[in-house]
Amino acid sequence: MSMLRKLNGPQTMGNSRAFWAGFVAMLAIALLYPAVSDPYDVGNVAYLLIFTLTALGLSLMWGYTGMFSFGQTAFFGVAGYSYGVISINLAASGAMTLLCLLGAIAVAALFALLLGYFLIYGRVSGVFFGIVTFATTLALAAFFGQTAGPEWAIGQARFNGFNGMIGMPPLELPWSGDVIVLEGNALYYFVLGLLLVIYLGLRVLVNSRFGNVLVAIREDPLRTELLGYDVRKYQLVAFVIGSSLAALSGGLYTAWGQFIPPASMGLPAAAMPIIWVAFSGRQDLTATMVGTFLLLLMFQTITVYSQQYALILMGFLLLLTVLLVPSGFVYGIARSLSLIGRRDKPGPEPVLRAGAEGPSS
Amino acid sequence: MFAEAFSIAFQFADVFAFLILAAAGLAIIFGMMGIINMAHGEFITCGIYVTVIAVQHGVPLPLAQALGAVSAGLVGIALERTIIRHLYHRPLDSILATWGISLMVTQGMLIVLGSSWQGIGTPLGSFKVGDYTFSAYRLVLFGAAVGVLAGLYLIFMRTGYGVMARATMQNAAMAKALGVRTERMYAISFGLGAALAGLCGALYAPTMTLIPTMGITFIIESFVTVVVGGANVLLGTAPAGILLAIVRTALNAWYGQIAGQIGLLITVIIVIRILPEGVSGWLSRRER
Repeated sequence: MSMLRKLNGPQTMGNSRAFWAGFVAMLAIALLYPAVSDPYDVGNVAYLLIFTLTALGLSLMWGYTGMFSFGQTAFFGVAGYSYGVISINLAASGAMTLLCLLGAIAVAALFALLLGYFLIYGRVSGVFFGIVTFATTLALAAFFGQTAGPEWAIGQARFNGFNGMIGMPPLELPWSGDVIVLEGNALYYFVLGLLLVIYLGLRVLVNSRFGNVLVAIREDPLRTELLGYDVRKYQLVAFVIGSSLAALSGGLYTAWGQFIPPASMGLPAAAMPIIWVAFSGRQDLTATMVGTFLLLLMFQTITVYSQQYALILMGFLLLLTVLLVPSGFVYGIARSLSLIGRRDKPGPEPVLRAGAEGPSS
Repeated sequence: MFAEAFSIAFQFADVFAFLILAAAGLAIIFGMMGIINMAHGEFITCGIYVTVIAVQHGVPLPLAQALGAVSAGLVGIALERTIIRHLYHRPLDSILATWGISLMVTQGMLIVLGSSWQGIGTPLGSFKVGDYTFSAYRLVLFGAAVGVLAGLYLIFMRTGYGVMARATMQNAAMAKALGVRTERMYAISFGLGAALAGLCGALYAPTMTLIPTMGITFIIESFVTVVVGGANVLLGTAPAGILLAIVRTALNAWYGQIAGQIGLLITVIIVIRILPEGVSGWLSRRER
């Protein structure tokens, strides 16, 4: 039970009883939502939830560890294509599809391990970390974009260049002798469950000893190293975990739409995780999750009318965040709310404040 | 035999010119203020569109290209005065801000200018060496790249601005204490970087199909060159350009464009594994 105690701690907002009461209420609403909504909307919310996983991964890497990765969509795409290649070639169905998803995440995690090794052990940090991961993402998008010919295939799985790979099976879950195809309500509950487990798991992780070291690295890598921690090992682990969450998003997305295009990796897609997380408040998991979901919902609503205007708004929000609330809007609002509530009993200041203005590591 | 050798040299020069011209503006801004300008591609696009519009209104090409560079520079100064100057001590936030701007500009241009335009065609025709035909304009581009490097050297080593700019780059507080108007140095340098990006766009305008998102064509190459070059523009950019051009020319010849691009990336990752401060960091450490 010591694990559960780590759900609350210095590295997460919302440690109060009131927060958890609200959390349970939100969860109940989320669980009941399909009962009061039509299947199309439910599938759509599942689609939005899939992307919050990418954002949580970025929050861990960037907000907690101080590694500014532009590579989320790269791992998203690699996992998407891997899911396609594996599941199409195995003609997967039933529980096999879930193994394909795991395989796809493993491929992307291996890629993250390789890239992360070169960058982190090469002591690439700060701005350069962002640039190299960004260039990697764009190069991958360009690579998949030119795989149009029939020679670009692995086994039965054609890459189809700019149009993207199609024809992979949806996820299927064996359930008491029967098989449930994960779409509509079933997919919604599946993704909601995953998100719940991952959110709580990450909370435990960042409040554990490991997470405290990550935050120490964000605040001052040199000092952390002088305290005897192998900074690079911690960074690499955080990078692989964060990238794997993007990969999980990518695999789920591909299975959801049975489709993965190179455009899901390149610009402007690559800009989105950064905007979600920056706007929401990168140094807190809850702020990231809530803010990302709200932004996605808004973005989708406007996209119906004009994708260009939606993207302009996203760019504008990013600019506003940087100029007005560098630590993020949702984070800033939640913080001021919690300060108001605590006015009568002033607690100690948090030891590690948001490092938005400090030197990046 | 000579024709083959010339062909290889020509391709090398072409790639080298592309890398240097694409990276120069980004490198100046990064070297001077430690800011990675994510809107770099949009300054290039600005140079391209101004050039093409001017040519379509009857302005001679060289003049139109100068116009393209100057207007990108002016936009750069305006941007520096309004937004960038608030972010000097927050390099990461400056990336985010310029990225937000980049996104807004690209999408805004898609709305205003539509998806594609008529290009203006490559001038100067072609010439033959042996059995191979070469575009004469590509030689102009190579000349321009060398000219940009020489020009930067002269500006930073031989002018009053150059001395003050380098002083600001090395120690802004000390430079300010000695009477250098560092704010102005930053504004001019950002403008210079933007103008060089505009020049890159202006020079490549005749060779490209016009779409508002074309700035991205230059982005990978420019970033990669700056990362390999390191913080010191004068020392790093040219050797980085040569190294990357060799890799790219070889891979392009054997495996095609995309292999060239991925090869560049792998080279960068290996280079920063060995030389974390880039070529210029390595060179300046050797000097000491």
